[in-house]
Amino acid sequence: MTRVHDMGGRFGDGPVQPGPEPVFKYDWHARALAVTLAAGALGQWSIDRSRHTRECLSPGDYARFSYFEKWISALADMLVDQGIVTREELASGQAAGRSPLAERALAAEDVAGVLARGGPSDRATQQAPRFAVGDAVVTRRPARNLHVTGGHTRLPAYAAGVPGRIVHLHGAHVLPDTNAHGLGEAPEPLYTVVFDAADLWGAPERAGDEVTCDLWDSYLRPA
Amino acid sequence: MPHDHHDHDHAHAVLPPDPALRVKAIETILTQKGLIDPAALDEIIDTYENRIGPKNGALVVARAWSDPEFRAALLADATAVVAELGFYGRQGEHIVVVENTPQVHNMVVCTLCSCYPWPLLGIPPGWYKSDAYRARAVREPRKVLAEFGIKLPEGTKVRVWDSTAEIRYLVLPMRPEGTEGLIEAELCDWVTRDSMIGTGLPERPA
Repeated sequence: MTRVHDMGGRFGDGPVQPGPEPVFKYDWHARALAVTLAAGALGQWSIDRSRHTRECLSPGDYARFSYFEKWISALADMLVDQGIVTREELASGQAAGRSPLAERALAAEDVAGVLARGGPSDRATQQAPRFAVGDAVVTRRPARNLHVTGGHTRLPAYAAGVPGRIVHLHGAHVLPDTNAHGLGEAPEPLYTVVFDAADLWGAPERAGDEVTCDLWDSYLRPA
Repeated sequence: MPHDHHDHDHAHAVLPPDPALRVKAIETILTQKGLIDPAALDEIIDTYENRIGPKNGALVVARAWSDPEFRAALLADATAVVAELGFYGRQGEHIVVVENTPQVHNMVVCTLCSCYPWPLLGIPPGWYKSDAYRARAVREPRKVLAEFGIKLPEGTKVRVWDSTAEIRYLVLPMRPEGTEGLIEAELCDWVTRDSMIGTGLPERPA
């Protein structure tokens, strides 16, 4: 049911290794970020689609690739899926010709504006939230996309089928489960739900510790 | 074959295995196609290397420590308040600030990818994006905190915020002892990046 990216609560990873490091450890990290953002500015895919493409790396690649390797590999996959670049071009490392999308290329003088504008995901909607702060809810189980088998969703597996309580309302936001697959934005009320660590893990590190997730209306039912 | 570097169903499999060469190949192709402007890439890199980083978040925290009205407004609607300071944009369109108290210690993670409040903290550090942090922060936050040298008092509950949507969280740490009488610019120097993620505490500047 799950993909390899959905790793919250997994056993077996080693210690976290904090420590000072530059913003970009290698030059290619900086280039990978910049190429990905500039290609994204062409407007040919959503952030939900980008995330899903990274999640669709094979489990072996996902585990082996570093963060920016995932980005750049998923970028190559999306460019080919969208017909913007061919496999032959990727293999040869050379373009066969200029793209009809070239007029949309992000210019240096527009970078500051584009980054500052961002891409807000809230949407006006008539749909009233079903839940209020303090309401008891239960999350969907299993965590899965109801529209596309194996599709994108933002309900982590560890938080599926678990009782929780609403602590924030955020208005309506684009639903990743549809938007990642070109099925429309389908905005729904978004909530922050708090879970008792004992309900998530059985034996928590300390009684009373909590975890929250940001979850869409259709991920939840009344408790 | 088990030793293949790539899964051959994916287009990226035809690229060179070395990630630096992969990036170079895509950059070259997209530039030749007229789809990316190398000057725009330099501009993006300069933005995140030099202009947008944890000093933005530190200013927000220092102001919240020194101005009760600002703090109240920040906790009520952080997006609007930080936007007025010019801290708005990509990966920071919807901000919530969560306040540490003697009762609650807040800590932020993104288990599904590596969501992070870019306009306030810049590009996330390597450990934030690591499998170990993503996997463990939700199940054993206290063990993870210990790896950062943090041990919480017995009476303090941990609340871990898993950033599963487009809401980005900034932790407002408690103002440390020894900062009485300091002005905002001095307070900024006490605010560490990790204290705004919840994996650190403010520190006396060196």
